[in-house]
Amino acid sequence: MSSETRKIILDPLVDNNPITLQVLGICSALAVTSQLSTALIMCVALTTVTACSSASISLIRNHIPSSIRIIVQMTIIASLVIVVDQILKAFAYDASKQLSVFVGLIITNCIVMGRAEAYAMKNPPLQSFIDGIGNGLGYSLILIVVAVIREMFGSGKLLGNVVFPLVQDGGWYVPNGLLLLPPSAFFIIGLLIWGIRTLKPVQVEKPDHSIIPTAHGTDVHLEVH
Amino acid sequence: MSKLRRFLDGLEPYFERGGRFERFYGIYEMVDTFLYTPSEVTKGATHVRDGIDLKRTMTYVVFATFFCIMMAWYNTGYQANQAMADLGLDAVGNWRGSILNWVGYNPSNPFSCFVHGALYWVPIYIVTLAVGGIWEVLFAVMRGHEINEGFLVSSMLFSLILPPDIPLWQVALGISFGIVIGKEVFGGTGKNFLNPALTGRAFLFFAYPVSMSGDEVWTAIDGFSGATPLGLAAQGGIDAIAAADIGWMQTFFGLIQGSIGETSTLACLLGAVFLLYTRVASYRIMLGVFAGMVLTSTLFNLIGSDSNPMFSVPWFWHLTMGGFAFGMVFMATDPVTAANTDTGRWIFGGLVGVMVVLIRVINPAFAEGMMLSILFGNMFAPLIDYFVIQSNIRRRAKRYV
Repeated sequence: MSSETRKIILDPLVDNNPITLQVLGICSALAVTSQLSTALIMCVALTTVTACSSASISLIRNHIPSSIRIIVQMTIIASLVIVVDQILKAFAYDASKQLSVFVGLIITNCIVMGRAEAYAMKNPPLQSFIDGIGNGLGYSLILIVVAVIREMFGSGKLLGNVVFPLVQDGGWYVPNGLLLLPPSAFFIIGLLIWGIRTLKPVQVEKPDHSIIPTAHGTDVHLEVH
Repeated sequence: MSKLRRFLDGLEPYFERGGRFERFYGIYEMVDTFLYTPSEVTKGATHVRDGIDLKRTMTYVVFATFFCIMMAWYNTGYQANQAMADLGLDAVGNWRGSILNWVGYNPSNPFSCFVHGALYWVPIYIVTLAVGGIWEVLFAVMRGHEINEGFLVSSMLFSLILPPDIPLWQVALGISFGIVIGKEVFGGTGKNFLNPALTGRAFLFFAYPVSMSGDEVWTAIDGFSGATPLGLAAQGGIDAIAAADIGWMQTFFGLIQGSIGETSTLACLLGAVFLLYTRVASYRIMLGVFAGMVLTSTLFNLIGSDSNPMFSVPWFWHLTMGGFAFGMVFMATDPVTAANTDTGRWIFGGLVGVMVVLIRVINPAFAEGMMLSILFGNMFAPLIDYFVIQSNIRRRAKRYV
């Protein structure tokens, strides 16, 4: 694998993660992560759609009139999403029922649209395809981490297998009900962002405003205007 | 100068900037200012020079909870002893029993009740202080800010709004969430927009609803089940409370089922008198909450409902049931998370008062709404302040057309 390809795939995992750095795709990250199984299916679906749509859009990028490019992109993305949705309904009906509208809502996922607009419109098809895979993997990484935490501590299971035996089944673990509610994903993603930005201070945004320092041993001199 | 003072002054250079323990200045400062009032006063021409600082303000709030703590001990023990008498039990099986056997389990013996209640509250408070304190010190050392007395208030309030029977590991989780997510991630005391004690309780409420709601948790005796007056009212209105032999005076004095320290309206009002006398809390917020509650509950009384008995509950019952009085006096008036403009305080208080009755009456999922309505109000406080300030600017700008 050339270093260029490696960079396209690995960059979105941590350094330029679509969820933790760009804060995109949060909606589905909240909705489908209460179980690891639904999160995994969502990850595969989104990665497929992002990769294929980026490649297709890149193929015709020189023929798309700039004024209607969003419509063209949307048409391609929507077609792919419908294909994925139909495949899920045909081969994994129960899972598609659990995911309900969220597969369809991949159309509005900012990551897919963002890669099409920011990358596929300027780069050749193969790179665009790899870029779609990379960003899908970055999204998947966060979704899987969140889903593992939520399912393990929220219901004591992982992919349906018992990890912590629950008190009501004679075990010792008292499940944390908050983790089964969507807001808990906000907290987990927030803590992940905190952790990543502590390890990689490059990602920290500049503060909007600063506070006059009042550390001990220094006097504050307010200027009178 | 006393020996202690000289000892502390001798240590100070180690903690000053450049000293060996510079990192731990926060801890030194905490101990020093806990023992002695700091001698520094504000500098600069426009300031009132006074030693009143956050420390004194916060200590006053802790003092004000004194009556609530006393009632917490008495009532928790009284409810437990009463439940034991009803169930025909004559001993407690756990470690508390070995102490309680000396004082007995007689519900009409106040001393026995005090001790029994204290044996439930003190462990909760110790866990709250220890776990919350560890987080507080950790953040102070890592971020180089002072250890703030706001924590003493948060931990005291947090320990008073829990059910007596709560497992101690849940107490530890709750205060951790309240301190870290509710306060420290935003930069510590003064920068948090949610009340940390209520954030911790809300976490427990949603994470472990079995230990935080229902009929089993309000009395510390296993196997005893008794609904709070609010729970009864949600089932059958005032008639259901009367059928359970609970009078209004009983709810006013706080001899009812409920969270440890918030059953007694009288104790909360005594605390309110102290807070208002020392001007630590805002009377505008308290009156705003009260007025919002009275107006909304009266409105519901006038509307009436055939299917929802909560519609007919009058305002003076709303005042004494559940955590309304405690929340109005101690929680809504939190100077950090409430609105900071005078007009804004009225609006903020009114919003909390309206919301609490809305949740209690209309929402069938939650019997009590004080916690959620104050958190709701907290979120709107900055917006309320913004509009109050903007309208003031507009009003004054018109004078100079």
